[in-house]
This record gives sequence, C-alpha cells and structure tokens, in this order.
Amino acid sequence: GIKRSTRETRSVSAALKQGQITPIELCQKCLSLIKKTKFLNAYITVTEEVALKQAEESEKRYKNGQSLGDLDGIPIAVKDNFSTSGIETTCASNMLKGYVPPYNATVVQKLLDQGALLMGKTNLDEFAMGSGTTDGVFGPVKNPWSYSKQYREKRRKQEPHGEKEDSNWLITGGSSGGSAAAVSAFTCFAALGSDTGGSTRNPAAHCGLVGVKPSYGLVSRHGLIPLVNSMDVPGILTRYVDDAAIVLGILAGHDPKDSTTVQDPVKPFMLPSLTDVSKLCIGIPKEYLVPELSSEVRSLWSNAADLFESEGAKVIDVSLPHTSYSIRLPTHPRTLCTSEVASNMARFDGLEYGHRCEIDVSTEAMYAATRREGFNDVVRGRILSGNFFLLKENYENYFIKAQKVRRLIANDFMNVFNSGVDVLLTPTTLSEAVPYLEFIQEDNRTRSAQDDIFTQAVNMAGLPAVSIPVALSNQGLPIGLQFIGRAFCDQQLLTIAKWFEKQVQFPVTQLQELVDDCSSVL
Amino acid sequence: MAAPVLRWGCSGTCSALAWVYGVSRRRRGAPTGSTSNWIRGQSSLAQQPLHTARKPRKGEHEWAAVVGLEIHAQISSNSKLFSGSQVCFAAPPNSLVSFFDASLPGTLPVLNRRCVEAAVMTGLALNCHINKKSLFDRKHYFYADLPAGYQITQQRLPIAVNGSLTYGICVGKTRRQVTARTVRVKQIQLEQDSGKSLHDDLRSQTLVDLNRAGIGLLELVLEPDLSCGEEAATAVRELQLILQALGTSQANMAEGQLRVDANVSVHHPGEPLGVRTEVKNLNSIRFLAKAIDYEIQRQIKELEDGGEILNETRSFDYKLGCTVPMRDKEGKQDYRFMPEPNLPPLLLYDATSLPAGADSQQVINIDQIRERLPELPSVTRERLVQQYGMLPEHSFTLLNEVGLLEFFQNVIKETRAEPKKVTSWVLNTFLGYLKQQNLAVRESPVTASALAELLDLLDSKAISSSAAKQVFEELWKNEGKTPSQIVSEKKLELMQDQEALEQLCHSVMQGHPQVVMDVKKGNPRAINKLIGLVRKATLSRADPAVIKATLEKQLSCHGSCPPA
Repeated sequence: GIKRSTRETRSVSAALKQGQITPIELCQKCLSLIKKTKFLNAYITVTEEVALKQAEESEKRYKNGQSLGDLDGIPIAVKDNFSTSGIETTCASNMLKGYVPPYNATVVQKLLDQGALLMGKTNLDEFAMGSGTTDGVFGPVKNPWSYSKQYREKRRKQEPHGEKEDSNWLITGGSSGGSAAAVSAFTCFAALGSDTGGSTRNPAAHCGLVGVKPSYGLVSRHGLIPLVNSMDVPGILTRYVDDAAIVLGILAGHDPKDSTTVQDPVKPFMLPSLTDVSKLCIGIPKEYLVPELSSEVRSLWSNAADLFESEGAKVIDVSLPHTSYSIRLPTHPRTLCTSEVASNMARFDGLEYGHRCEIDVSTEAMYAATRREGFNDVVRGRILSGNFFLLKENYENYFIKAQKVRRLIANDFMNVFNSGVDVLLTPTTLSEAVPYLEFIQEDNRTRSAQDDIFTQAVNMAGLPAVSIPVALSNQGLPIGLQFIGRAFCDQQLLTIAKWFEKQVQFPVTQLQELVDDCSSVL
Repeated sequence: MAAPVLRWGCSGTCSALAWVYGVSRRRRGAPTGSTSNWIRGQSSLAQQPLHTARKPRKGEHEWAAVVGLEIHAQISSNSKLFSGSQVCFAAPPNSLVSFFDASLPGTLPVLNRRCVEAAVMTGLALNCHINKKSLFDRKHYFYADLPAGYQITQQRLPIAVNGSLTYGICVGKTRRQVTARTVRVKQIQLEQDSGKSLHDDLRSQTLVDLNRAGIGLLELVLEPDLSCGEEAATAVRELQLILQALGTSQANMAEGQLRVDANVSVHHPGEPLGVRTEVKNLNSIRFLAKAIDYEIQRQIKELEDGGEILNETRSFDYKLGCTVPMRDKEGKQDYRFMPEPNLPPLLLYDATSLPAGADSQQVINIDQIRERLPELPSVTRERLVQQYGMLPEHSFTLLNEVGLLEFFQNVIKETRAEPKKVTSWVLNTFLGYLKQQNLAVRESPVTASALAELLDLLDSKAISSSAAKQVFEELWKNEGKTPSQIVSEKKLELMQDQEALEQLCHSVMQGHPQVVMDVKKGNPRAINKLIGLVRKATLSRADPAVIKATLEKQLSCHGSCPPA
C-alpha cells in the first residue's frame, strides 16, 4: 500500500513548498498518467500546454516563496460543461463541437486564481443528461476500477474462465463520469463536476470518490452550461473530504454574475477533526429503503448507522413522505427538469455559435436541421417533453403541480431538520457500478430515473449533500453512502463526513496492472 | 409587402460585425421593430369623428369602436436590463453586445437597478399600485434576433398594476376647448428588447444586429378605454411627455424608443365586443391615429358588407395609408411561459417595510422614488395657466411641441414683456414660422434671447408691433444681427421726437384740406385717414395712438389759432 498522505492535496502542497517535488514535475506526472489512461476516455480535451505554462508560473511562485495557497501547482480537471476561456467547451455534443468560449466560468477562474493547473476538460453525457457517462458524442467513459487489482482478483475467482476482460468494463456513473475517472485514475487531485440530480455524487460513489453537491446558491453557476438552472450546482470530486473542503472553501461565496448566490460573506472552510459525535443526531429516512436496493448497500448503510450509534450519536428513523414522489413517481418533479431543459436548449440555433447545418431555405428549416444534427436522441426527447409540459393547456396540470410537489419535498426536509436532525444518512446509489453492456440494455430515461432516486430530492430542496466511499462490494467495487445536510451548513456536513471517512478507511484503488507508477505521484 | 416571400439564400458566415445568414424573413412575437420612416407628428391629427364618418341608415345601429394599446418604452439607462453592455442608439452593429446579450451558454442575467427604478417611477407617475414582489418569466419563440430563444419578461406578476393615464382632448366646434379623459393602465412590466434583423434583399441575407438585444423595456398595457385614433394618439402623446419628464425613457418614436401596438374592435353599443385585430408597425403618433381610424372604418365596412373580422395581426402600410394582414403561417403562437429560474423574485420596499439596517445600495425604496418624482406635464400645465394666465389649450400646445416650453420659459426669464404677450408671440408668430417651414424648436433660427430682446423693444414702445413683426422676419433670416441692430439699420424705431411728429402732422393736414374739413364736419372716420397718412409719412415708425393725440390737438386749435 501507498500512504494516503502522498495522494492528499494538503500533503502534496506541503511537498511543493518544501521543494520535494516541483509543480512542473507534478504536472508532467499527471500528463503522463493521462496518456497512459487515455483509453478510459476521461478527457475530451487535454490542455497540456496550458497546464505546463501554469506549472511554470507556479514554480516561479514557489521559488520566490510566494505560493498562492493549498491549490498552487495542484493539477485539477474540469467537466466539459464549464466555460473555459480559449479552451473548447463541448458539453459532449455535436452542437458545441469547436465552440471556444471567450470567458471562464467563475468556479474555473477561482481555481486558476489559486494557482491550480488545468489538465483538461472531462467527458460527460451530452449536456449532462444521463447517469452513466455513456451518452456523449465522444463515447462512454470507462471506470478505472474495472482495471483495479481488487476487482480483477474477485472476477478471476468468480469466473475463472471468464470472457474477454476488456468487454466487461464498468461504467463510471454520471453524468460527471469523466471527472470521476480522472480523479480516480490519479490524473488530477480534484475535478469539477456538476450536479442536477446526482451527477456528481453518483459517479463519485461508483468510482470510490468523495462527491460534494454544495447548497444551491453557495457556489456560482456563472459559466456552467445549464441543464436545470433551479437545481444545477457545481460539484466537487476528490479522493478525500479534506481536499473537497479546500476546493469548496475557494469556490463558495457571492458572485455578482450569479443573482442566485448567497449575499452574505462566506467564512473560510476549515474542517475540524471531530472526535466526539455524541451530540449529533443522524436521521435515517425510511422511504429510502426501497426493494431495488442491493443487499450489500443496504447492510453497509445499516452498519454505518450502527457505527454512529456505537460512538454515541443519536440515530433515529425519520420520514420524508413526499420523497416517494421523486422516488416512485419520477415523472412528476421531472416535469420541471425537462421544461427548464427545453428552455435552456432554445439558444442553440446555430446562429451565434456552435453547429450550423447546411440548409438555408428558411430560418425555420435552418433551426430544425441544426438542432436535429446537433442534439442526440436523449436531448431531443427531453426538449420535446419539456415543451409539451409548458404548452398553455398543460402548464397547470404538469408544471404547476410539479412545482407544488417540489415544495412538498423541500418541506419534508425542513421538517426533519427542524425536529433536531443534523444530517441524514442514505445510500447514494442502488448498487455498485455495472458493466457497460448491462447498463445500455435500458434506455437513458429509465436508467436516469433509477439512478438518481436517492440523490434527486436533494437538488429539489437545494440542500448540501456528499457521497463518501464506504467499502468494497463482494465484487471488489466501491460503494458510497450519502450525507444530506441543512441548507448552507455545508461545513458541518463535511466535518461529519470527514469523521466518517476516517472510521471506514476506504481502500485506495490499486491500478498497478494498469499503470506501474500510477498511485505514487511522489 | 403583406406577404414576405420565402427566398433562397446563400449560407452566411459569422463575423465580428454582424451575424449573417441567408433565410426568409418572418417576424413573430413580442417587441415590434422600428423603421426609419416617420414624420414629426405631434399635432395636426387628422381626425374624422367616428359617429359622423358614416351616417347610419334608418333602422341601422350606430357603431362603437374599442381601442386598447400595448406600448413598449425603451428605458433610458446607461446599461442593458440584465447585462453591463452600454445602451446607445445608432452605434456600429454588434458593438454593444455582451456575452449574455449574445446568449453564450452559461451566462446569467443580473438585474439593472436603474431599470427597476425607472419602472417604479413610471408606475408611480401613472398612479399604479407598485407590487412589492414581482417575478420574471421566460417567453419562448424562435427568431434570429432573439439569441436565447426566449425573452425575459414579467408575465405572471408585473412590477406595477392598476394605474391610469389622464390626457386632454380638444372638443367643441372650434376644437379649442380641452377636456380631460382617462384610460386605465392595466400593468407595467419590465422586459428585454430584442435585437434587429436587417434583410438584405439583393443578397438574400439576413443581418442580425444585437446592439438592441437586452435593452430594458417598459411594457405598458392600456385597457381598451379608447374609442378612436385621436384619443389613442393623444393618450400616447401624454405618456410620451410623462416618460420624458421622468427621464425614464426618451420615448422617441422615430428611434424606436416608443413602440405602440393597437388592439381594435367594433361593435354596436349595448352588444358584446367584436372580434379584435392587432395593428402593428405604428412608428409615429400620426400614423397611430391614421391606422386606428382606418382599421375602425375597415371593420365597420367589412361587417356591414356581411363579412367577418378575423382575429389577426395587421400591419399599417404608411404609404398606402391602410392596414394589411401580416402573414403568420403557423397560426397561433404558444409562448410556453416559464418562471425565469436565474432571477430571484424582485422585492421592493417602502418606509414601513424597509428592513432595519438595510443597505440602501441593495434595496429599492418606493417612498424614496416617490419623493424624487419631478413635476408631471399635467401639473406643469396647471402651473402655466395659474402663473401666466394663459388658456389651458395654450398650455397643451406649449408642452406638446418638443422644446417649446423651455423656449417659452427662457423668453419669459429674459424679457420685461407681459407673459400674455410672450405667450401670444411664442404660440402664434414663433410656432407659425416653425410650422410653415417644418422645423423643430431646436432648429429655429431665432433664439429665445433674441425674441426676448425684441419683446423688450416692443414693451418699451421703442418699436411698433408691426415693426416688431418686421424685425422678427429679419431675425428669421438668421444673419447674426440682434433685434436692436435690425431696428436701427432699418430705421424702425418709433419717432420719439414730438416736435418732428407735430411738423409731420401739420404738413399732412395742410396737404389734405378736404380731409381736415371732413373731420371738422364731424365725419368720425376721417381722422383715421389722417392717421394713416401721417403713419405713412413716418414710415410706420410712430405709434398710431400718439399720432391721433397729436392730430386732435392740432385740429382743436386749427380753427382758432392758426400755426405761427
């Protein structure tokens, strides 16, 4: 095993300060890993030159003793639905192939201002619509755990004469699967994802990572190409809770370019090491115990609750009655999602930027052909249903009802938190990652509805949540659990997550067979 | 003109100056565009009184027309409604376009405080209820100059509702009396303007200019309380004056800062309202009146001929002076309204609801805006009537002509002449010259100071009023001379030398003994003849009253004491 410390941002940062490693060396190591793991398809664009130039500047700062902080010289990756100035931003769609934004998303700018090195733009489902990172125009992303020692050994035992190994690779989950794979394969220390219904937490769980979905309004969405504006938040994928806290501390706060961000100043994030959880109250929502939940996840969830209880925390069953709408009747609140999607996608008409068809008979014909060529079936399907819900005759029946359900779901959470619960503990996903060939048996809509049943309600209520890797399944694959906190109590949430992380001691991915030097950056 | 033709075009390129593409032109949806065809139209509203337009035959009902207006006023602000781009008329194409205005993905709207204040101010001036909470919505339609595919507006809960607009309309046989009428203001909402599409017919291309895209608009919806073109035109003119007084919009129709659509229907009084049409492309107040009156007559004729009125959008063809249907192939548009998720509800406060310790930069206080309201046109008119004793209709004329009130006030400031005299000179002589030559006040060759000086000369009896008219005509030629210079060059000053006048009177009397005889015989008109002769001899430089007195004095002693 490799020591955890060598893969933690703060330790690497300390090593950079002490000169044990230089930013350029670190950058080159990561670039070489990116090349070795290219087959994972984690990156759409690798920004080698940008990263090396940033590394040079960072190196100068370190030499002059003027480091910008914990992120100076640290390689990061950004999901390809965040605008990056001068760097192609595609949303994994034909519609935006070749589109080079002239500005940086606020979150990207904040990371760059801290001296972080941008390694590249990561793969996703087209316009972040999906839960597998299998439906982008650049192809699916492979879960690095498919190639881990842990998984391979188990498979060999289970199927000694198994089929060809490579056809059995696993999905990363999604839609931020590229970011998850990039962090999981050690090509960077943190990556930005986006989370509209679980798109950060879901791949985090499948790739054995920490996935943070901040409170709505804590982090600027300016420059994040929207899916559902009222639910989207930039997400953070890291290997450790502390790393996520460093990044969130930098990203959090009011942005004059995003009117939905908090007005009050945000205090810097420092996670205390919690030693005593006896004053905490952990809620276990009973509606989350669904028949589809795998027995392994179920028992890990139950063990986690027991762990808190054994350490003196109060663990109680709580009820989120309306959550069943988001679990059982996914069509209802999803109405809001598709309607916003339909609206947000209206701007892609081929006029100002992005793909434009050859047809020029009339404006309407040009729009239609451009959009047919530019969007995949999933995106077009959501645009169609979204527009259907917004039609005058349907608005009351669908949109208004969905808004009411959304309010009821948010109220459920409020009631639980008002009753004294500090955080909720739930599964993140129904099971561990599945092989790609199995995953594509079902269509995108059905899969998305299954895959976000534990995560979607949080977005409707605007609450912070984090998925923490807990243990490996019998198959040797990571399983995550989710903590949900009070709105804008992100720091408390991460403090509890950090305590939990320390207790469970989740193992490191062993990718030696894949890349000999992958796990030892230093 | 009525039916734009689908054309083949060539594929366009994306350049820094303009987004070009070759396609058909077809326009639907909200803010109406403006064109450059206009006539300075403040007065001379061609108006046919509705009920006399067509005499009802025996047994036939009279017709009544119902007119409602939707008005878009561009907010006068430095930057756009939701972005930091500058607002400026006639800047080079696409030079004032932010990433948000071009709808680059990931950009978000940030509400401009100035635009909100302008909406509140306008709402207060129009006696509206200001909603302390209002919401923004997206209105969807595809058009090349609407880059986001939707317009951000306030459909569900607008910023101001339930107001009224009072305007004065000329009545009576001579149409010189003014009577007040009121139209209800249904609502005022904040919304984005669209860009402009310019159709290059020769190259079959459409050029898109986004300079206008995202400028703040006030959409004012007037209830259908109007009944003819003149009422509509007068109400709009009053609104224009109010907006200009407030400074919330320059409200220049020619520059598209004020755009008016009219909903028109006719019915028999006492019966349900008729089917209405919407008339667009009204880019001057004069055309507004003409288009509405045309449309009313067209509908009446259509119905009387046994036809029916279609619920359609019609465009006013200013060349033909009639309305024509606008082609809308796909029929009714569903705008698929949806709440704008990127803007929190717009909250306004007043003195009672203002949160303690609120940062005045962060909140908008309705009461504070109310205190800052300037004098409104109706109050100004009242003041003019009170202060200067002018007739109400004069106060209307003074305000209706752009810059005329200011001109009047400048003259008043600089002259000793009576306000009534000033009013008469400004409204009759000065305005008459302007009208004759179709000039605006700011284009006048005669300055306020020059007129003031002229009126001073008249007031001090240095010149006669006929000489004053002559001086004015000279001033109009704009040769850089002051009134005094003109008076002395042309020798127009009144004769101040009584002795010389007496001499002149004497010689006229001697030259016309017959007339003198007539006077003495008691013919009352004979003295006028003498006065005229003396005036002629003075080259009109003597005051007729003084001439008369001098003549009378000489006549009375003529018989008894012949001149020495």
